[in-house]
Amino acid sequence: MTIPETATAVAPWRDEVFAVLKGAGVKHVAYVPDAGHATAIRLAEADPDINAVVLTTEEEGIGYLAGAWLGGERGALLMQSSGVGNCINTLALPAVARLPLLMVVTMRGDWAEFNNWQNPMGQATEAALRLMGVMTWRADRPEDVGPLLRGAATMAFEGDAACAVLLGQRLIGEKEWVK
Amino acid sequence: MSAGGHLDRRQVVAELLKDRGDLVVVTGLGSPSYDVMAAGDHDLNYYLWAAMGSAAMVGLGIATAQPERPVLVVTGDGEQLMGFGALATIAVRRPRNLAIVVLDNGHFGETGMQPSHAGQGIELAKVAAVCGFPVAETVVEASGIATLRQRIHARAGLSFATVKIAADNPPRALPPRDGVQVKNRFRAALGFPTA
Repeated sequence: MTIPETATAVAPWRDEVFAVLKGAGVKHVAYVPDAGHATAIRLAEADPDINAVVLTTEEEGIGYLAGAWLGGERGALLMQSSGVGNCINTLALPAVARLPLLMVVTMRGDWAEFNNWQNPMGQATEAALRLMGVMTWRADRPEDVGPLLRGAATMAFEGDAACAVLLGQRLIGEKEWVK
Repeated sequence: MSAGGHLDRRQVVAELLKDRGDLVVVTGLGSPSYDVMAAGDHDLNYYLWAAMGSAAMVGLGIATAQPERPVLVVTGDGEQLMGFGALATIAVRRPRNLAIVVLDNGHFGETGMQPSHAGQGIELAKVAAVCGFPVAETVVEASGIATLRQRIHARAGLSFATVKIAADNPPRALPPRDGVQVKNRFRAALGFPTA
């Protein structure tokens, strides 16, 4: 029997994302859903101490989390890489006001992508974030998710900085198009 | 078709912010920021100079983190139009201490008075009502402002109001542009560390 190369639904990193956010004192999880975030979203919605906020478009979360921080609380923003494109102009807010912003981005158009319409934004995601002053880290292996996210949370909340952890498509696994 | 109204934006905002107590105010970029500044700078004002479309969402974040404080968003029709979807997000969350006031002159006043969607028939209060805001009204007369002010302070439920104002540009009253300083004084006023 061969061990599948791609992650499965029970991969521990999926639970770890939410555990790290909780451990970092996050009270707000704003998100546009993605399959790769399904576990974190489910855990956030089920947690009475977390304000789980579903957005119509990702940049709403930047304003929301700026407000939450002004009001004294920490949050995180979950999205797919396509959503990073929607955020570009709004990233001026954390940059100019030096607000903490912790983003967790599941990648598309990154590896083994079936839908090539995802490729332009997926290939530009990390560079676009950096152009707007966001520090980035990439997790392509399950054991990297927890440490990278913990480190990003430290630099976001202790350094009043915008930080993004990109969860690679190799980590998440190939999307099944035929079921 | 309704392109704005006749109310004086500076008088409207000054009356809404009179005796403001513990009210927190978020302003959308452009003229609403100048109106709030003209009514008096305050540590609990947060002025946006960019991130168009974000004012209402910043208000939602503060209102959620500070549920005992009344939070008022003062923005313009153009700014709220860019945050159209935020009305759906906020209606789903429904914090009882958040009020959104859109100063509607039916135009993009900051960029040369081009007619906006609001000036061409899109009634933002109707949009808010359809989204599920428990209170969503359009104020066209000065007599409606006192009631609006009371509702903002009452923290009795999420509310939205479009106030139809004249399409003019009063002299600019520029709020501070140092985003870090405004953030720090805001958080300090709420008792939070600033570094």
